[in-house]
Amino acid sequence: MARVLSLLAVLAVLLGALPLQAQNDLPPAPYAYKQLDDPAQEAAAQKLMETLRCLKCQSQSIADSDAPMAGDMRHQVRSRIAAGEDPEAIRSWLIDRYGDYVSYAPRVTATTWPLFALPLVLLALGLLIMLRRFGGPK
Amino acid sequence: MIKRVRWGLWLLVVLALTLFALFAIQLSRPKDNFVHSGMIGKPIPEFALKPAVDDRPGLSSADLAQGEPHLLNIFASWCVPCAAEAPQLAELEAQGANIVSVAIRDRPEDVRAFLDMYGNPYSRIGADDLSEVQFAIGSSGVPETFVVDGKGVIQYQHIGDIREDDVPMLLEKLKGAGQ
Repeated sequence: MARVLSLLAVLAVLLGALPLQAQNDLPPAPYAYKQLDDPAQEAAAQKLMETLRCLKCQSQSIADSDAPMAGDMRHQVRSRIAAGEDPEAIRSWLIDRYGDYVSYAPRVTATTWPLFALPLVLLALGLLIMLRRFGGPK
Repeated sequence: MIKRVRWGLWLLVVLALTLFALFAIQLSRPKDNFVHSGMIGKPIPEFALKPAVDDRPGLSSADLAQGEPHLLNIFASWCVPCAAEAPQLAELEAQGANIVSVAIRDRPEDVRAFLDMYGNPYSRIGADDLSEVQFAIGSSGVPETFVVDGKGVIQYQHIGDIREDDVPMLLEKLKGAGQ
């Protein structure tokens, strides 16, 4: 009896997993796993895909992720690059929709500029202190 | 000389306090894991999707700019919370909402089975096999529900399944979009 019950439990778990599995029933998008024929275009696409965030699996890039949605994003990137679109234009298109979050490439914006300015300020400050300590007449 | 050292120390204290105040403000903000669409307030991008099932027409951007506001539901038969929000969608439809939908990465027979099991509140269902429309409107998962006004401008995005207490809010947004 216990064996039958545990078998039923296993079956229930397997059945419960079916709807999730079905996400992969549709074949991947044409360019999800297929490289572009032109090596230069494929290199540009790869470079861009490595710096775009997978929205389903948020700490991976779409180049790293096997999520179907990441595959569809790779298809977007590759087919747009094959059509001659500039990689940065594709990035901006995605940022318009998902915000800076979708891109791993840092950008200077109204909120991020201190991150870029602060090291320069600190460097200048350090130089100034060193000059006053060591340089100049006593 | 001592005075200058004092002054420097106070500056350090002020700096540290500012930093802690910043931490306190950021930590007291509620965590928001959602990726919000940047397309709110913008016209829906042009698209035309084939029908996902044979008894409902497909969906195009032109269908959304005919003067009547719509709820645009992004769903999939393989998505568990989409089944959970089915009663709420039925209620919205019963209260007069015109609901159109986009089925993400779905086979016609799976969509059919899903609708047979959970009901069909949709007047149109487009099949988005490559998630293209999903990307175009800035949706990052299923289910999501957009309020689109009669001119085809996206007015609101609801992320995740529609709960019972979201229904009046969505009806309100839809009414607002109709004015």
